[in-house]
Amino acid sequence: MENLSEPIVQIRHLTKSYRRGEQLVPVLTNISFDIISSEFIALMGPSGSGKSTLLNLIAGIDKPDSGSLKVNGTDIATLSEADLADWRAANVGFIFQFYNLMPVLTAFENVELPLLLTRLSRSQRRERVELALSMVGLTDRMEHYPSELSGGQQQRVAIARAFITDPVILVADEPTGDLDRASADEILSMLERLNSEMGKTIIMVTHDPHAAKSAHSIRHLEKGELDVRS
Amino acid sequence: MHFLKLILRNTLRHTLRTGLTVLGLVVAILAFGLLRTVVDAWYSGAESASSTRLVTRNAISLVFPLPINYQERIRRIEGVTAVSHASWFGGVYVTEKNFFPQFAVDAKTYFDLYPEYLISPDEMKAFGADRKGCMIGRKVANTYGFKIGDTVPLRGTIYSGAWSFTVRAIYDGAEAGTDTSQFFFHWDYLNETIKKAASRRTDHVGVYVIEISDADRAAEISTEVDAMFRNSLAETLTETEKAFQLGFVSMTEAIVVAIRIVSFVVIFIILAVMANTMAMTARERIREYAMLKALGFGPRFLAGLIYGESLAIALTGAAVGILLTFPVADKFSKQVGTLFPVFGVSVETVYMQAAAAIAVGIAAAVLPALRAARVPIVEGLRSIG
Repeated sequence: MENLSEPIVQIRHLTKSYRRGEQLVPVLTNISFDIISSEFIALMGPSGSGKSTLLNLIAGIDKPDSGSLKVNGTDIATLSEADLADWRAANVGFIFQFYNLMPVLTAFENVELPLLLTRLSRSQRRERVELALSMVGLTDRMEHYPSELSGGQQQRVAIARAFITDPVILVADEPTGDLDRASADEILSMLERLNSEMGKTIIMVTHDPHAAKSAHSIRHLEKGELDVRS
Repeated sequence: MHFLKLILRNTLRHTLRTGLTVLGLVVAILAFGLLRTVVDAWYSGAESASSTRLVTRNAISLVFPLPINYQERIRRIEGVTAVSHASWFGGVYVTEKNFFPQFAVDAKTYFDLYPEYLISPDEMKAFGADRKGCMIGRKVANTYGFKIGDTVPLRGTIYSGAWSFTVRAIYDGAEAGTDTSQFFFHWDYLNETIKKAASRRTDHVGVYVIEISDADRAAEISTEVDAMFRNSLAETLTETEKAFQLGFVSMTEAIVVAIRIVSFVVIFIILAVMANTMAMTARERIREYAMLKALGFGPRFLAGLIYGESLAIALTGAAVGILLTFPVADKFSKQVGTLFPVFGVSVETVYMQAAAAIAVGIAAAVLPALRAARVPIVEGLRSIG
């Protein structure tokens, strides 16, 4: 059970750098902030400011150089690769800019994919997938392959895949970056509903100020540091 | 279920690429199978040799004959149950291309030593009664269309002149590996004919075939035979039938080695082709693998997908290649006629073809699977397939 009085994400003195040849390039420097449960937060900043790196660290697909990063009480910076994979499967839902659906699987099978790592039976999985796809308005597109869907529809499939396991946080990296305005608005309202109706904590990276307006709060990053005004 | 479905759909994702790779595998597995069958055919004589038969030849060389009077002396050695003889004739039927081995044999004793030659009593009797008659194997009969009563003209090379024989018997093989590509006729007829020309080969034979009662005494009896003729004008060398046959194979050892090497080179080439296909496949899908890892799927799952796809392609190619080996080998056998006495795809060859395909499937997937398992998620998600 999530404790609503505690922050769901606690970031303390987080640093991250990448090696480019002989050079060590700092990407994030001494980042500290909290995200409380059921918050919808937008991370903004210019290209190279480190917002995607920060999102990747929170989602557990990258590791910090130093600092602590607690998500739902677990310091994920200390987990092994295998433990981190299990942790991600149980706690994080991913929404990518380019959807990242498996082209050889139908919408139904793509949404079902994360459930294959659970102990749910086939019928339980079917029930859940059908519910998730109906929530994103794609009941009639269940047997369609990604190539047979529009960009907006593909992103809706990706959203259904992200929340199918009922994760603690949803991370979205430019979820509307590849969509037209109408489709983008559809996706943003869907994220808002997931946040308001299902209480999902959402962390979204975006360049788009219009998209950022959907969030409760906005954090700005500048050259790897958190903008204190945000 | 999903795992197998994913493997199958991934395999069929690029039908042209997969199809061409499978085609390459079919050709490679087929070529491998045919080359192995040629090697097997080379050794077929040795493989079907009896452990209770010894062969005695001139110690200097097989080219030099042995006196006919050795037969009785050998028969008297303890442990010897029967002795017969055979002489290489080396005749040509119409053209040199029509090769089949011809032997002048002691018709009364020779076939008792070869129970694997199945001959009807009537035909055996007819052959025995006709000094100019011949007995041919089923393969010779089928290849050249000879029937009982047909005349077979041969042009002598060792024993010059035009020779003519009447087919009196056709023998079958008791087993698939029995050589039915031979032609036998009466040594008496040969000997009488060359006697007229006052040949030095008169009253001489090529080799003695000795039947012994106990295979374990082969070495002892061989030594005894050779000791008997030591310091004579024609010293002997006695060995088991298998060793004798292998002696022939060793004369062409270089060819057999070359065929063996080529058969493995073919597999190595298809391994390179297959590895390239799998490397391209994995490179294109790095982003998908990264996404799967982000969702919580482990490196083993990804490796399983890649190994599964590689094996699916390899085994499909192997299955078609193995199935094609049989009719192609049959066609090849007909083309080469009686050059190879026994030419058939063995069970061992099929196992080797399957093993080669599995090895190719596994080896081709090693590096792509390692790469997919090791690629950092963030880097994989950024890649463009």
